[in-house]
Amino acid sequence: MSALRTAAGGRIDRTQRLTFTFDGRRYQGFAGDTLASALLANGVHLMGRSFKYHRPRGVLGAGAEEPNALVTVNRDIARHTPNLRATQVELYDGLVAESQHRWPSLTFDVGAINNLLSPFLPAGFYNKTFMWPRSAWHKVWEPPIRAAAGLGVAPTLPDPDRYAQQFAHCDVLVVGAGPAGLAAALAAATAGARVILCDEQAEMGGSLLSERDATIDGQPAAAWADATLARLAAMKRVRLLPRTTAFGYFPHNNIGLSERITEHLAQPSPSAPRERMWQVRAHEVVIATGAIERPLLFPGNDLPGVMLASAARTYLNRYGVRVGTRAVIAAGSDSAFAAAVDLAAAGIQIAAIADVRAPNAVDGPGLAAARAAGLPIRSSATVLAATGKLRIAAVKLGSVASNGNVSPTETLACDVLLMSGGFTPSVHLHSQSRGKLAFNEELGAFVPAATAERSRSVGSCRGINGLAASLEDGAVAGAAAATATGHAATAPRFVASALDAGIDGVPGALPQLAAAIPPAKAFVDFQNDVTTRDLALARREGFESIEHIKRYTTTGMATDQGKTSGLNALGFVAAESDRRIGEVGLTTYRMPYTPVTFGAFAGFARGDQFDPVRKTPSHDWTVARGGVFEDVGMWKRTRFFPLGREDMHAAVDRECLGVRNSVGMFDASTLGKIEVVGKDAAEFLNRFYVNNWSSLAPGRSRYGILLRDDGFVYDDGVIGRLAADRFHVTTTTGGAARVFGMMEDYIQTEWTDLSVWITSTTEQWSVVAVQGPRARDVLTKLVTGIDLSPTALPHMAIAHGEICGIPLMLFRVSFSGELGFEVNVPADYGTLVWEAIHDAGQEFGITPYGTEAMHVLRAEKGYIIVGQDTDGTMTPDDAAVAWAIGKTKPDFIGKRGLERPALKAAGRKQLVGLQTVDPKVVLEEGAQVVVTANQPVPYVMIGYVTSSYHSAALGRSIALAAVADGRARMGEILYVAMPGGDIPVKIVSPVFYDPQGARINV
Amino acid sequence: MLIIDCPYCGPRPEPEFAHGGQAHVARPADPSQATDQEWLEFLYLRHNTRGVFAERWRHARGCGRFFNALRDTTTDHFLATYRAGEKPPVLPAGGAR
Amino acid sequence: MSKLKRHPPHIDRRDWLAPLPAATRFSFRGSSEAAAAASRALGVELSQVACRAHVAGERAALWLGPDEQLLIGAESEAATLRDSLTVALGDIPHSLVDISHRQVAFVVHGAHAEWLLQSGCPLDLELSHFPVGMCTRTVFLKAEIVLWRTAPDTFRLEVWRSFAEYVTSLLAEAAIELSA
Repeated sequence: MSALRTAAGGRIDRTQRLTFTFDGRRYQGFAGDTLASALLANGVHLMGRSFKYHRPRGVLGAGAEEPNALVTVNRDIARHTPNLRATQVELYDGLVAESQHRWPSLTFDVGAINNLLSPFLPAGFYNKTFMWPRSAWHKVWEPPIRAAAGLGVAPTLPDPDRYAQQFAHCDVLVVGAGPAGLAAALAAATAGARVILCDEQAEMGGSLLSERDATIDGQPAAAWADATLARLAAMKRVRLLPRTTAFGYFPHNNIGLSERITEHLAQPSPSAPRERMWQVRAHEVVIATGAIERPLLFPGNDLPGVMLASAARTYLNRYGVRVGTRAVIAAGSDSAFAAAVDLAAAGIQIAAIADVRAPNAVDGPGLAAARAAGLPIRSSATVLAATGKLRIAAVKLGSVASNGNVSPTETLACDVLLMSGGFTPSVHLHSQSRGKLAFNEELGAFVPAATAERSRSVGSCRGINGLAASLEDGAVAGAAAATATGHAATAPRFVASALDAGIDGVPGALPQLAAAIPPAKAFVDFQNDVTTRDLALARREGFESIEHIKRYTTTGMATDQGKTSGLNALGFVAAESDRRIGEVGLTTYRMPYTPVTFGAFAGFARGDQFDPVRKTPSHDWTVARGGVFEDVGMWKRTRFFPLGREDMHAAVDRECLGVRNSVGMFDASTLGKIEVVGKDAAEFLNRFYVNNWSSLAPGRSRYGILLRDDGFVYDDGVIGRLAADRFHVTTTTGGAARVFGMMEDYIQTEWTDLSVWITSTTEQWSVVAVQGPRARDVLTKLVTGIDLSPTALPHMAIAHGEICGIPLMLFRVSFSGELGFEVNVPADYGTLVWEAIHDAGQEFGITPYGTEAMHVLRAEKGYIIVGQDTDGTMTPDDAAVAWAIGKTKPDFIGKRGLERPALKAAGRKQLVGLQTVDPKVVLEEGAQVVVTANQPVPYVMIGYVTSSYHSAALGRSIALAAVADGRARMGEILYVAMPGGDIPVKIVSPVFYDPQGARINV
Repeated sequence: MLIIDCPYCGPRPEPEFAHGGQAHVARPADPSQATDQEWLEFLYLRHNTRGVFAERWRHARGCGRFFNALRDTTTDHFLATYRAGEKPPVLPAGGAR
Repeated sequence: MSKLKRHPPHIDRRDWLAPLPAATRFSFRGSSEAAAAASRALGVELSQVACRAHVAGERAALWLGPDEQLLIGAESEAATLRDSLTVALGDIPHSLVDISHRQVAFVVHGAHAEWLLQSGCPLDLELSHFPVGMCTRTVFLKAEIVLWRTAPDTFRLEVWRSFAEYVTSLLAEAAIELSA
């Protein structure tokens, strides 16, 4: 193994050697490594190219904050995941990773020409340059820009993995398993509270895993973390979720967690989901998300080899990796001293520690430790620039005089530069929960202020400094949270020691920046390639609000959400505009905290499980006969039953003629059904539907129309009176749920005087419509206990008996214009009855027909379909069904609405029939009706086609249309405007077939 | 996902509920006597309150009941729920969390 | 009639899922006076407490709403139950509607029952929050269900027939990882 790997120590397993490839080259690492730590152990810092300028980039951090090292992990052609942070990719044997956004290779990237062109690619470049002509954006400018800028490439094959989802509830959710989070979880769990502890990393422990000398209760910090986690894992009401990111804080303490289950495994079990989306409802939330170290702003701060001091310490102490051999350290906080001491002890040469803090802030424990280790310290220093090509080679240091003047001092060769600009509390979740943030001048950072939910931020995410203080803060909050859920708790106490980072920091640019040489870039937002000059330009161009500057420069946007850049951008803008950071304000933190896959959001809702697939009793029978289905809401309805090689038109013609000439059968089970029961059932329906129901005798049915109170048609259906106090209401298939809800609304909140209840019976009954002149002959063979003769069972009559020995509720009703029956049986018998009717009908050549033929048959009769021939703005009169209205009723829903002037005005669109002059032409539904052909554009439109079919029975096309003053235009020739030429049509009655209705009453 | 305190079933998750718009919009007792303007206001004119708003909910996939709620539209916090037909409760000064 | 072939929605039996046989079901609506009369006829006290089921032998009454109970009995009892309820209720305002075929029932049982149901049900199903005897209408992802805990590790689900395949297939999806 490479000389960069330490001989011992850390959390890796040196007995498990793993092989992986990066950009086609094979490397070795250990179990417990991340891709980033393993590459660093192999001396690889260059891991990516930047978003806009294609600059070579190395790894900056060691965790979720990583803005540079975005890679694609390529398991296979379908499992090809772009834009993963190398710092979060756990190594497994055989892992294949690739850098992104470079061509032909990471070390030689043609796109780097953008870096040379960068004077021409400033902030707002797109907005300024590609504005005109507007139409050119999609075709001319966007494709090459998207190709040149951007990140990884999404896979094109369907995702073969499974994703799970889970609802969970707890008393206390603790987000983050560092010292504060562990202490909080322990405090709450020992009190008996139901606790969920989640952490985004593979191993819980947070910063404790990066400590070398820190101790808690006499144990090394990492050992204490292990022991504490073991205690928690043994508790029944505690759930530990490693590899789980709390990505979003939703109202009422609903937290979204994304758990990565198999991503780290070389050979995932096929039974394991790849990820799981948790929706956690927590009574109390403890946010212990820690803090993220800030880069320093100086030219060349994005070179590979320039990284955060805390990250270098993590790589050393947690992963056993020396990030280089000779380091320069730029110290804006004590974190840099802790790193320097640890790295020096591991044999890394420390060329210099440049203390960039104000001189009066320097004399802390960090400096003392560095002095004790005999490390070379430059106080009142600054970094003028880092130089190098694909890796840092040298650092130019300067000194800052008491008057602020900067003078160059020395140039130091090095292969890493570690920087610490102080720590930014991770307030994302608190902010997402609509909690307030306040700028703390002492800390130089925004910290959580008033909460909006039942949450508590603890530890360094609220600016608490140091190990001991974080443990105490977490313990107190954990105990308080448990107590708030009824589990009286006391905070455990801990004795801890560590070299803490302190509260120093250097937000914004280092002092020399104003004097820096123009072509050098100091990056603020590494992921979005935003430099200090972009921010300065935005200011010069008049952007004052930080929200505007964010959008103009893109700083802090996208997946990064300003984790490393936010406060530096604010600090720079504040200095430029002579304001304090607190006055500049803060941009909104968006969820997700880190990217969440689409798979995790979709969960189980894919393919056949995206929505319920509702099937009727004839479904399997239809499948076996090659029937073709259509989706109606969630229902699968048979559209047509092709015979042999029939296409839809041939099948529909045959099905229609089968009904008209003999008999057909149709599965009408999806119709909504509601049983309305109570002594006031008739009065309720009188008020609800337009019709008069008091006059309907038991054993009879009637076509009902439902309006909304605005007077427009809402639903329709046949309603049968089963008894004085019991009605069987049918609704449209799509309207069942909303009509039911509307009935409940009026019963519960408007007409509380009525004694009436409703029950959905849609799925209680299976319904077969048997329609055609031979319908009676078919049913006579099967039905017992009902006299089917026309006098005993006239049109719209209802009778009860048996069919095939099964209880039968028989409606004599027709939606085809032929003699018709609807056979209602309890649904478990629907399949049996369907097949029995089919068998009995063979001697009459019975034709199973689908929704398409049903539509043609009803259109031939001018029967409307609500939602197709009406559009939510049609009155009963517009739809030619005003005859149904009970004129003498004092009120019904919509009665007053119909009196509105606009609904009675002339010129309303009325439903009429259209006959094309050429009978072969079938109009397009939705096409516009116009008075004259070949008008200048825009045409004056007076209506539109609502239904249009070829009618086999009539041997020509037919159509229904809503046309202004349509009924006054009978016989007129109008036109239907089409791109291929305007089609002449004649306005006719909407009843095309058997206008006298003789065929129904036989 | 909000938690809504059904007056019949207690606190339950939002997917069980259907929102029913502004509360306490009474349908005129005798619509035939309503002027066009009154009817228009009944049909269409609704408040879009910033702050505490009385609104209807139905525990549609629970007990099925309609009820009313006072919700702060700026925070999504419910201040009270109460049965249909009841008057909205008087809130303590300064509201509640 | 019982010899005739029924075609209930197909539900696969699994280690953790057992389809239940056909049953008689009524949706009962009415005031507390009606509920009291129904209790006498049924031999099961209709719960006045929200979201509680009461059982006597094969008969059960599930509180689904303040004026709504789901009454369940053996398949063979359909006529007996209807007649005795109708007689007992007399003129007391109520609604009794046969929904025996509207829905199907199955139980989810075993050590993982709670976990499986929490994959799609947003209620808190921990025993202390959803005790034995609790019943309610709720949701399982995009389907409406009636959920009734009959034992610490056993839940009965009543699902409208056309949603049964959706609910059971999603539960099976959630169960895949348990077989690992």
